[in-house]
This record gives sequence, C-alpha cells and structure tokens, in this order.
Amino acid sequence: MSDCILCGAQAQQGSDVKSGADVIELDGVAYSYGGGELLSDMSLAITPGAFYFLTGPSGAGKTTFLKMCYAALKPTSGALKLFGQDVRTMERNDIALVRRRIGVVHQDCQFIDHLSVADNIALPLSVSGQDNWDDTTNLKELLAWVGLSHRANALPPELSGGERQRAALARAIIMSPDIVLADEPTGNVDWEMSERLLRLLLELNRMGKTVVIASHDLSLIRSAKSQVQARVLRIANKRLQLAGANL
Amino acid sequence: MSALFSTLAALFVGDLQRDRVVPASGYTSTLTSLTAAAMAFLVVFALALSLASYRLAQDWSKALEQSATLRISAPVEQLDAQVARAIEILETTPGVASARALSSEEQSDLLTPWLGVDVPFDKLPLPRLIEIVQTPDGFDPQGLRLRLTGELPSAVLDDHVRWRRPLVQAANWLSVLGVVAIGLIGLTSGAMIILAARAALAANAQVITVLRLIGATDAYIEAAFVRRFAFRTFIGAVVGTVIGAGVVALFPGEEEQAAILTGLRLSGVEWMWLVLIPPILSSIAFSATRYAANRLLKGLT
Ligand SMILES: Nc1ncnc2c1ncn2[C@@H]1O[C@H](COP(=O)(O)OP(=O)(O)OP(=O)(O)O)[C@@H](O)[C@H]1O
Ligand SMILES: [Mg+2]
Repeated sequence: MSDCILCGAQAQQGSDVKSGADVIELDGVAYSYGGGELLSDMSLAITPGAFYFLTGPSGAGKTTFLKMCYAALKPTSGALKLFGQDVRTMERNDIALVRRRIGVVHQDCQFIDHLSVADNIALPLSVSGQDNWDDTTNLKELLAWVGLSHRANALPPELSGGERQRAALARAIIMSPDIVLADEPTGNVDWEMSERLLRLLLELNRMGKTVVIASHDLSLIRSAKSQVQARVLRIANKRLQLAGANL
Repeated sequence: MSALFSTLAALFVGDLQRDRVVPASGYTSTLTSLTAAAMAFLVVFALALSLASYRLAQDWSKALEQSATLRISAPVEQLDAQVARAIEILETTPGVASARALSSEEQSDLLTPWLGVDVPFDKLPLPRLIEIVQTPDGFDPQGLRLRLTGELPSAVLDDHVRWRRPLVQAANWLSVLGVVAIGLIGLTSGAMIILAARAALAANAQVITVLRLIGATDAYIEAAFVRRFAFRTFIGAVVGTVIGAGVVALFPGEEEQAAILTGLRLSGVEWMWLVLIPPILSSIAFSATRYAANRLLKGLT
C-alpha cells in the first residue's frame, strides 16, 4: 500500500491540535458502573503525536477507559479534559463537536447496517456538514489504503471480521482527527492482517496523529515497539501503570 | 407564505444523505402516511359539518326575525274586520315590531307548492294570515294568546320562534362540536405520530447510537427523523384531503336543497380551508417527532 495516500488527506485537512495543550488529560479519574469502582485514581496526560498501547486482562476496563476518552462515559470522580475542555461541563453539542476530532475504532465496530461500507466510512463527513459527500477522491484513496476498494458497495454485515476492522479504521480517520483510539483493532484478524493494521496506525502516527491502541496482543505490542517510541499503559488493580521494558 | 414555501421546499429536497441514514422502508412510515390520510379525511368532514351547521344556524336565526304568523278564520263578511282588529291588537303588543296581513296573492303563492296552480284560491274560504315581525326580545306568546281569545276566538297564533330557537341553538352547538372534533383529530394525530416516531426511533436505536458516536449533533439526528415524518404526513394528508374533498363535492349543495336543509357541500371560499389541512398536519408531525426525538436523545451519551 502506498505511503503517500494519506499525505494528501493530511495536507488537505491538517491537524489543528493547539500547541502545548494535551489531547487527553486525566486527573484522579475514577469510574464505576454502579457497583464498586472499576477504575480508580487514574492520572495521565496524552501528548500530541504520542503512541500508546493500553493493555490489561479482559474485563480490566480498557474499553471503559477509552469510552471516557471520547465522552461516552463521564468519570464518576476526578477531572477529564479533552483538548483542554473539561467533560463535566461539556454540553451534548460540545461532545458531538469534540468527537469529530477523535477517531474511534470501536471494539464492536458500530456500523449502520443498511448503508454501504463506503457510505459508512464517509458518514462522519456528512454528519459534520462537510459537503464532500460527492467528492469521493478522498474516500477512494482511503478505501484503497485499507484494502477495501472491492468491498465499497458491500453492506457491513457482509464483511469479514478483518474487513470490518479495516472499514472501522477508515471511518475513524476520514475526518483527519487529532487522535485515533482503537479498541482491539486486531481482535478478529490473523497475524499478517494485524501487522498491516498496525502499519496503518504507525503511518497515521508518523503524520502527527496521536494513537492509543487497546490490545492484549503482546506480539503486536512488541512489533510496534520495534518501530516506534510506543508507551505501554497497563490497567491492573483498577489503576493505570506505565509498563516497564520487561514486556 | 414564502416562509412556508421554503420550509416545504426544505422538506422535499432535503439533504439526501441525511435522509438515507434512516432506513427508507419500514411500516411505521407507511402507517404514518395512512394515519395522516385518514385524519385529513376526517378533518374534511368535521370541517364540512361545522361550516354547514354554522350556515344553517345563520339562516335560521335570520328567519327567526319574522317567524310568527296569526291565522284568522271567520265568515267571509267578518274577515276583514277581524283582521283589522287583530292588527290593532298586535301593534299594541309589546315585542311586536310590526304586523301585516298577507295579500291574497302572497297567500296563494304560499299554497301553490302544496296544492298546485289550478286551484282557484280566491274562491276558497281560506283563513287570512298576518305576518308578525318581532323585536329582538320577542313577544310573550301566552299573553298574546289570552288577549286574542277574548276578542278573536278564531285567531290561531303560530309561533315558529318557540321551535326554531332550540334548533338554532342545536345548529350552533353542532358547529362548535365540529371545531372541537377538528381539535381532537389534531391532538390524536400528534399522539399517534409521537408513538410512530418513538417506534421508528427505537427501531433505529443502532443508527442513532452510531451517529452520536461519530459526532452527529442532536439537531442532525432529529432532522433526519423529523423530515421523514413531516414529509410522510404531508403526503398522506394531501391524499386524505383530496379524497375527502371529492366525497364532500358529491354531496348536494345548498342551492339544491329545500331552504331549511342546507347542504354539507362546501361552498365558494370555504374550499380554501382544505388547503390548510396538509401543512397543519405536517407541522403537527414536525413538532411531535421533534418532541419524541428530543426525549430519546436526552437519554443517550
Ligand atoms: N454497561 C456496563 N454496565 C455494567 N458493567 C459493565 C458495563 N460495561 C462493562 N462493564 C463491566 O466492566 C468491566 C470492564 O469492562 P470493559 O469492557 O471496560 O473491559 P475490557 O478491559 O475492555 O475487556 P476486554 O479485553 O474483554 O474487551 C467488565 O467486568 C464488564 O463486565
Ligand atoms: Mg474491551
């Protein structure tokens, strides 16, 4: 896959993270679904352009953590800032607007099943009122970049697991967001495909995007660490820890 | 008017992508159109009923103003004297504005429809009729009867007011009832569209969740549904109104009926009211869907 395909997208839309401002800032954040605390006292500043892995056993709260990062869940205590805005004071409209700067690959992909793959990928543009719906050049490049040109008109339920995840990644980045949060992006794919997805994410990072990948695929993390300065966070005992070199 | 026009234009043209987000088919939208058609049809009838009974009440209250007659039967030689005496009495009766004996031509005109043109009315010993025009307060029929029985035992007072006044009232009530019915139809339409919109929103919960996740504002999501429902309602209402108007047009009009029975058919400018039905119903749908969408969206993150 050509490396300069997204360069066009980047040159066109660019990245507008305010210099100095952290993309995501947690200060003593805790979360509970109603029972005991699932996550507690988490503090972290995700800086622009950084590459993070988020790991931890199944059920540790990785998805929950990411959901807070795109304001689908609000911390039960502590302060969480997205692009400098405190989520506690954000209106519904503010949340909608901030989500346009955060590309998310959901663990369960989240497509609209009656729209084609191409329409699903381009939906964020229409939703944000960017009328490039018919301007398909960007979309075509993106489809080629994730290797889905031949599946553009398929419906999401007709895709394989790996195809779904690549489509989800394409949708996550079509708005040229400042940060990409990927929840188990390689959960359903073989080694070769997960390497390819990783390459896509690394390429995004090289273009200046902040990337956070939740995964418990250690070989993926090792492979990434050999190519980029990746920081590895681990959720253990409800806390966020920076994993050492002994990974 | 131009504002209404641009709203309608936006309704129809819309932004196609946004509308594609909500699945096109689905029986809720068909049901919405059907409901709107049925409601519009009913509104046409309620309107026709209301306007017809209003017209009836107007006609009847006009007729009320001179609707008492005094009938004098007497041997031919005494008739004129008795009629003159009766008029004297009437003119001194409070509540009587004027009293006038009908000429024999007027009387035969009244009888011709019943007896035919060949009857020699002037040869018949017909009673004489005196037309009484009342003041707005009217006279006291009991008192008048008592006075008359003393001097003119043959006189019969025919007081139409007594039976017409309740009829006018009934007609007025019928007209109000028509308006109430239209109001209720409006409320019912609103409630039904809220239910339909809620069903559609629930059926599209996944679509809404995804839209929220990729940064759609509430206004964007609302608009997709609101437009769908307002449009469906508009189409249904147009069909229902046209069918209703067609049926009402088949009714006999006022001019083809005996004077007392007015037609249910609309007349003249009254037809213009029907033009308002589709836009009004679709604005009800607009608000109802917005309300339903708003409530649902408030519950999502
Ligand atoms: N909506 C919810 N209500 C109640 N509990 C929930 C909810 N969502 C998640 N949980 C619970 O919170 C815990 C953490 O869930 P989460 O999905 O964040 O884990 P995870 O680290 O992403 O796991 P996995 O690696 O399997 O994806 C789990 O025990 C889960 O059952
Ligand atoms: Mg998870």
